[in-house]
Amino acid sequence: MIKAKNKLGLVFFPAFDWAISSTHPEREERLLYTQDQIFEEGIEDIEGIYFYNPIIAAEKDIQRVHFCVPDVKSRLTQSHYISAGGAIKAFEAVINGDVDKAFALVRPPGHHAQRVVYGDRGFCIINIEGVMLERIRQKNKDLRVAIIDTDCHHGDGTQDIYWNDKNTLFISLHQDGRTLYPGTGFLDESGGPGAYGYNINIPLPPGTGDEGFLYVLDNVVLPILDEYKPDIIVNSAGQDNHYTDPLTNMNFSAQGYAKLNDRLNPDIAVLEGGYSIEGALPYINLGIILAMAGIDYSHVKEPDYDKDKLKQPPDITEYIKKLSDTVYKRWQKRETLRADIIKGYDNIQRTRQIYYDTDGILENQTQNFKICRKCSGVNTIDSQSDTGYHIFAITIPLDACSDCVDHGYRLYKNTSKSDYSNIYLQDRVNDMFFSK
Amino acid sequence: MIVGLDVGGTHIDAVIIEHGNIIDTVKRPVNRDDLFESIWTTLETLFSRHDKTKIERVNLSTTISTNAIVEKKTSPVGMVIQSGPGLPNDYLACGDENVFISGYVDHRGKLVQDFNLKEIQKAIDLFKKRDIRCCAVVTKFCTRNFNHELKIKKLLDKHFPSITMGHTLSGKLNFPRRVFTSYLNAATYDIFKEFADNIKKSMEQEGINAPLFILKADGGTTSLSAATDRPVETILSGPAASFMGINAMLNTNKDALLLDIGGTTTDIFFLADGVPLFEPLGIEIGSYKTLVRAIYIHSIGLGGDSSIHVENGQLIIGPTREGPPYALGGPKPTPTDALIALGLMKIGNRDKAIEAIQGLSQKLNLSLEDTAQKILDTMGDIIKGRVDALLVQINSKPVYTLKELLYGKKIKPHLINIIGGPAKYMKPVLEKKFNLPCYFPKHYHVANAIGAALARITTDITMVADTSQGVLSVPEMGIYEKISGNYGLESARERAIKLLIERAVYLGAYQDELETEIIEESSFNMVRGFFTSGKNIRIKTQIKPGLIYELKGDKDD
Ligand SMILES: [Zn+2]
Ligand SMILES: [Zn+2]
Repeated sequence: MIKAKNKLGLVFFPAFDWAISSTHPEREERLLYTQDQIFEEGIEDIEGIYFYNPIIAAEKDIQRVHFCVPDVKSRLTQSHYISAGGAIKAFEAVINGDVDKAFALVRPPGHHAQRVVYGDRGFCIINIEGVMLERIRQKNKDLRVAIIDTDCHHGDGTQDIYWNDKNTLFISLHQDGRTLYPGTGFLDESGGPGAYGYNINIPLPPGTGDEGFLYVLDNVVLPILDEYKPDIIVNSAGQDNHYTDPLTNMNFSAQGYAKLNDRLNPDIAVLEGGYSIEGALPYINLGIILAMAGIDYSHVKEPDYDKDKLKQPPDITEYIKKLSDTVYKRWQKRETLRADIIKGYDNIQRTRQIYYDTDGILENQTQNFKICRKCSGVNTIDSQSDTGYHIFAITIPLDACSDCVDHGYRLYKNTSKSDYSNIYLQDRVNDMFFSK
Repeated sequence: MIVGLDVGGTHIDAVIIEHGNIIDTVKRPVNRDDLFESIWTTLETLFSRHDKTKIERVNLSTTISTNAIVEKKTSPVGMVIQSGPGLPNDYLACGDENVFISGYVDHRGKLVQDFNLKEIQKAIDLFKKRDIRCCAVVTKFCTRNFNHELKIKKLLDKHFPSITMGHTLSGKLNFPRRVFTSYLNAATYDIFKEFADNIKKSMEQEGINAPLFILKADGGTTSLSAATDRPVETILSGPAASFMGINAMLNTNKDALLLDIGGTTTDIFFLADGVPLFEPLGIEIGSYKTLVRAIYIHSIGLGGDSSIHVENGQLIIGPTREGPPYALGGPKPTPTDALIALGLMKIGNRDKAIEAIQGLSQKLNLSLEDTAQKILDTMGDIIKGRVDALLVQINSKPVYTLKELLYGKKIKPHLINIIGGPAKYMKPVLEKKFNLPCYFPKHYHVANAIGAALARITTDITMVADTSQGVLSVPEMGIYEKISGNYGLESARERAIKLLIERAVYLGAYQDELETEIIEESSFNMVRGFFTSGKNIRIKTQIKPGLIYELKGDKDD
């Protein structure tokens, strides 16, 4: 029998009875053929591979990460608590030492869900990696984590959640925002004053293939990880960079995904997007499982794989080399760049318009980050949606100093209900959540 | 009259049951070198005492295939394996010759690449050179499209007497297990066929026309001729026989824990709402994981003859048996010695038993009675500990829908049914440990033969209807037929039940045994490019496992 080199936990929960709508890409059928492939390959009989059911995330788990408007219960369906619970289960299996690594094949995905949640955007309502990580962090406060988002779309939700958190390095590889939803993820989106430079975007040109992705991995991602030295590496494992994906324009293959996971060596992978459910997902998921388990994946191949047709054109290769160079140089200069940005300020603001494509909601928000020398600082969000809400949300971060804790509570007390429909206080230090 | 026979490790048990009553039993030692002879003389003894014309059926639980596998007395097998892309395939080489061929179909059964005829010719030459008679052909995803297996079988047919095709053995997806199951089937073909021919001939000579059935590991039976095609299904039917025996004597429709406490081991089984719990995929034999449907069983090294010793003031029972109990001339104290010492069991030399238990009491600093009681308590603790762990495992088996995760069935035994030598004495101990009522039957010593006698036909089929391809397949029955684009779940259900009945009748089922049920069904909307292109319907049906009838009045209380 085959034996896994690394003990691997799999949370395989295809949610066969849940869909956004019957013809939506995020539908019951999505992981059906992946299941067929996993079953037929006999993955469950491999020594060292263990299957787990998801747990069900609690409301409190969601509130550590999100401000659901008006509240958690009205925004989420059972599927979201379970999808996040699947990711939590995967992380728990690793952190408890039951397995060396874990892969949560769950749906719906989460990487487009930002801190404020009015509805569904990019098929996501809550950020399942964020909910997972913050639950684990509540007991492991100093955990340094790197999230590498390999979904084809910019992980704008995860970026928003970790925008000001130096303990979470976020690197997103994605198709250039000028050519794909959500239209963000550019080089200069580098993070808030508390974590400037720790949010790294690598916008890749349409047509990027195995060569390009692996070049970025070897020349940008891995060197940065070497310096950052995370305790845990999470792969936000979207599979829509595949050459057959119906929503995107990249040329990544199952072999490419497997090699990427082999070299990245993540502790945890969480499925994100990927909608070529028949021609890509069964093979990519198999490739990732084998790579993570340390089993030979060289025979994994899509039926229509054609190496010559998928060869990356030289101009793209050239572009990616230059881009990689720029990204890496920005990383090295992050302290200088940060100093320039915060010079002379007590607070840094950013104002954005956020579109919820799945639910057709438009949001305008301003985030304010207090610059504190002792911690990453209290931050607030003033947000209005065209569904009629105007909210004010205060976050006391996990590393907050006592002044910032007091400041956060004062703000909550002093903000008047007459100005806002909802006011929230997220106190990560005491793991509390208040709303009025 | 129904005749039931079970071949155990040391003895053969046979019973005749009439109108729900046991009217005769026979017990004879097994001669492992001539199983057929042992079985036949046992049957003859029984036949000679009754009116042969009144025998309605004969059910046999044999160890023919099991012993052949365990003792490595199987026929050499030539394997033709089409493994396609995916996992490395070298570990699938289980045959005496293994030929890996090119080509494959994908997970929906779509042909991606054909195989090469030259590779098959090479396999034929190779197998012939080695004088191989039995072959197996297994292709990845053959459950979705078995055309390659059929074509290859046709090419091999004129050269070899027996060719097993993977898709005929199970509709479940698990290629490695299908390879090993097919191998074992081919490997046991000759030896089982010889047995079947012998028994048929002897029955004819004896003038018995009653149909003959063979017990399977799932606690059901199959006709002798079907077993000849699929001998692998007859492996490890022994525990299934005892399990069915317990159910025949102590029927329940609740969640229950079933225990068979023997000399060396204790077998643990479960019922969910009175229905046997099965292994999720199939039974394991030797180093082979298979797709042979089997009753869930967990054995622990704990029985009446387990050796007992004291380690750091702790009482350790099992997991090994070093011989018979001390009171019967064995080397070590055993739980049976404790029962003899207490005066509960009246066998062997009681003084010897007391001597053995006293040796332990000195080390434990307890009285003789307390030591003996502690032995029984410890056995109860071991069983309770293991059962609790198994239930956690069983109740956390992977599920794939919100509904199952949130509201899925969890097994929680309401009672314990127990058989075996120490059953009577373990009853109060187990009742206390589990806080559940515990029952044992009167005829527990022939439970296995009763189980074999009263088991009825079981079979199951797996159907996939893919309307966008316009194909419906039932691999176990070799069905691969066209369906229209508007084929729905309702039609699929009807068709599945009809086919299941057809198959059960072919396997020899009686009309009143055709209790069908759908055990799994799903229908997926297939969407391609934002438009519905069809439905992917999956249905599993089975003849509900069960008994011909329950035994009458056989509860101890
Ligand atoms: Zn995506
Ligand atoms: Zn502070």
